[in-house]
Amino acid sequence: MTALDEIKIGGLGASRRRVEDNRFIRGKGNYVDDIVLPGMLHMEILRSPVAHARIVSIDTSKAWAIPGVRLVLTGEMMAKRNLAWMPTLSYDTQAVLATDKVRFQGQEVACVIADDPYIAKDACEAIVVEYETLPVVVNPEQALATDAPLIRDDKENQQDNVVFDWEVGDAAGTDRAFAQADLVSKIELHYPRSHPSPIECCGSIADFDRSTSKLTVYMTTQAPHIIRAAVSLVAELPEHMIRIVSPDIGGGFGNKVPVYPGYVMSILASILLERPVKWIEDKTGNLISTGFGRDVYLRGEMALRKDGKILGVRMHTLSDHGAFFADAQPSKFKIGLMHSAFAAYDIPAAHLLARGVYTNKAPGGVAYRCSFRVTEAMFFQERMVQAAADDLGMDQAEFRRVNFVRDDDFPHRTAFGFLTDSGQYGKCLDVGLEAIGYADFQERKKEAAARGRLLGIGISTMTEPLGAGNSREYDILGIKMFDSAELRVHMTGKALLRTGAKTQGQGHETTWAQIVAHELGLPAEDVVVEEGDTDTAPFGMGTYASRSTPVAGAAVAMVARKIRAKARKLAAHLLEVSEEDVEWELGRFYVRSAPNRGVTIQECAAAAYSNMPDGMEPGLENVAYYDPPNLTWPFACYIATVEVDPQTGVWDVLNFVAVDDCGVRINPMIVEGQIMGGLTEAYAMASMQFITYDAEGNCVGSNYMDYLLPTAWETPGFELHEVVTPCPHHPIGAKGIGECATVGGPAAFVNAVMDALKGFGVRNIDMPMLPDRVHEAITTGRDVSGHPPVRQDD
Amino acid sequence: MTSLFEEVPRAEEDAVPVRTVSVTVNGERRTVKVEPRLLLAHMIRHGLKLTGTHTGCDTSNCGACTVLLDGRPVKSCTMLAVQADGHEVTTVEGLAGQSELHPVQEGFKDEHGLQCGFCTPGMMLTAKALLDENPDPTEDEVRWALSGNLCRCTGYQNIVKSVLWAAKKQRAAAGETGAGE
Repeated sequence: MTALDEIKIGGLGASRRRVEDNRFIRGKGNYVDDIVLPGMLHMEILRSPVAHARIVSIDTSKAWAIPGVRLVLTGEMMAKRNLAWMPTLSYDTQAVLATDKVRFQGQEVACVIADDPYIAKDACEAIVVEYETLPVVVNPEQALATDAPLIRDDKENQQDNVVFDWEVGDAAGTDRAFAQADLVSKIELHYPRSHPSPIECCGSIADFDRSTSKLTVYMTTQAPHIIRAAVSLVAELPEHMIRIVSPDIGGGFGNKVPVYPGYVMSILASILLERPVKWIEDKTGNLISTGFGRDVYLRGEMALRKDGKILGVRMHTLSDHGAFFADAQPSKFKIGLMHSAFAAYDIPAAHLLARGVYTNKAPGGVAYRCSFRVTEAMFFQERMVQAAADDLGMDQAEFRRVNFVRDDDFPHRTAFGFLTDSGQYGKCLDVGLEAIGYADFQERKKEAAARGRLLGIGISTMTEPLGAGNSREYDILGIKMFDSAELRVHMTGKALLRTGAKTQGQGHETTWAQIVAHELGLPAEDVVVEEGDTDTAPFGMGTYASRSTPVAGAAVAMVARKIRAKARKLAAHLLEVSEEDVEWELGRFYVRSAPNRGVTIQECAAAAYSNMPDGMEPGLENVAYYDPPNLTWPFACYIATVEVDPQTGVWDVLNFVAVDDCGVRINPMIVEGQIMGGLTEAYAMASMQFITYDAEGNCVGSNYMDYLLPTAWETPGFELHEVVTPCPHHPIGAKGIGECATVGGPAAFVNAVMDALKGFGVRNIDMPMLPDRVHEAITTGRDVSGHPPVRQDD
Repeated sequence: MTSLFEEVPRAEEDAVPVRTVSVTVNGERRTVKVEPRLLLAHMIRHGLKLTGTHTGCDTSNCGACTVLLDGRPVKSCTMLAVQADGHEVTTVEGLAGQSELHPVQEGFKDEHGLQCGFCTPGMMLTAKALLDENPDPTEDEVRWALSGNLCRCTGYQNIVKSVLWAAKKQRAAAGETGAGE
């Protein structure tokens, strides 16, 4: 008997076609809005049309009079039940329904529960709210002005609009580095506010059963167990009487991590009415009120030696958190993992000062397809590196190579204190340069210039910390960031696997079964994967920040190993030898001295229920909780070549090469799918996707006519390459991958356009690099910033 | 009668005007009573219980709600149910035959043309309409045809590959049977 072919059973490295696709391609997915419960009512939210105003009065009488209206809730009614405010994931508070004043356009003011959603919408329109408008703060500069209106006057001891001041790194050491510098290079930029904008908006169906006191909530959440804990706190219900079910989710990207007022209102409404209440947000509601991404002003400087060595880095961030600090990130890190910047570079000293402010904008900076603000960190890093290389007059690739952490320097302690564990940064760069044709690009650029066309090449490299915890440093609301997996192997050798993660398109139902196949030799098709139901899944922290494979995926491997350890005892019993004499090969135990004598894992499973040795606990089921020893650190090199039309400012991508090293690839097809999806969002941010506000605080970008997302027509093609450096501490050597491309991609496009514009004396154009901005830079020879709006009329 | 409104009786039923709409959905004639303002997407999802048609953006930009009306893709979120009266509607549930998948469905699975699956029904129906009209499209033609459908997870490279895969499969099948020659 020979060992199983791992690829054939759908194990590690198999580009197995996705299990979940079988329902999605038939229209049989089960998203929140597809769920219909008997007697279900429908909720709609009335939102504030103004950004900052005192609520003078709310008249709901006309709404109540509409036939089919069951309940109209206002802040006042919520306050009576102590539910007008709720805690955020960042130890702030957020209004569920406004009581005193509204603090951003789109804030929840009232809600209506009715027999159908059309009636509920009619009734919302019949509610009359009188507002007394207040001065509006739409950018950090206004927020910090001495005469700025106090946005959070609800908070005791809040005297200004500062959310936090935070510092990390070695200030004195960095000062010394700058004192020794031959050259100091500087850059200043704005990473604009963006919205993750999954196509499916948020929603929930709350179903409170008075007879059992049990609350079931079907909802769009990336982290069902965190939500259960939060609901328990907010609604003061015992945790075992709360069941959160996250069904199929139509994309998350961080947007579906926070707790939103709509969820809370639907829960209260269901408790009051004792009927299921469904809330399905519309697109405008989603874009103007739920967790945005970015909105950080970054400036910094780099101390350089003449030979190209980086001596030190200083960074300042000023971030706009909107009206409530509802960011979704580990509690210790006020501006997320911004200090992961420059982790790929060997830099002796670094220092970061971060300040966050309240404004009259939507709350909740979420990690939009990234691990807690690393997108901003890596973007700043690669724009800074580019500027430094230019100032030194050094080749951009060479400058990176000189400063990279070397392959034999791991584990490496970064200047900000992270411990990176593995990588082949130089090799990734080389693969990328070769693929893009770096050696003869300058020749092509010259030729194009002769034809009046501007060509540019941009490099972006990145390593990002993925897979929080470890639990020593990472928690949300005090809950440590571990994850879990539970494996039940049935007597026929078929299995059910559940984890504390929650897929939203990442393909867990396919990938997790492959890890089990790798560990146990069970064909992947024999393993069913379930996630998202807190009544059945083991406790986990959910899926975001590329933590599924690093943490939950590791838990899957570990629980399978526990199963294998028990199966070994069963095998010894069946083979009538001692356990020490039993050897394992994929799918089979055999006697060391007689390899032909063996039993399959399926035979062991049968024995666990029908023929276990005396004294052995029956069954073949187990659960594993995995607390990672460290984050995983994938690396990537992205290179873009662009052509800029100087007449119009329009730029086209000529080629794009991506070299990703995410360690061992469980399912290469899915990994590549994640990279291509991420690159599309990177292109989106570089080219068109941003949310801004006018001086009155009106959200510009409140629907898909104003908030531009790229289509198949604009989006360039991507050429993918791989390098594999296994993660030394992950059970199967994997690292996170879902977000690398979104994180590292944007700087490649921007650096390429800036390279094309080198002759014009321009150092920076803020994203998105809209044609008018590029054109302005070309014609004026000056930098173009994403101007914060300023009130002109007074 | 199959209608949302049977399940949730209105307090004052007479106050709401009602129109009768007859639509052939996936080959089956369905007659429903609707409010004139009811969107086609909502009639399909909630009235006819065909939840494979998704609503994403409400402004006909994202295309998740795309269905075929007499074979042509339309955004069912910006069309009234009454406008579909007397027409044929194909939804994602009508793509596959009795036993086998449509080549577009197979293509999306084989080329990993979907992740969360939310935009997929609209993408596939738009692709079907393209291939019905143009069995051998270029990559650019596929990209242009899909430009009214947004995807946030997958990007478009694999979606385009999925459609080209389906085109090839369909042509091969047509070649085998001699049809289309």
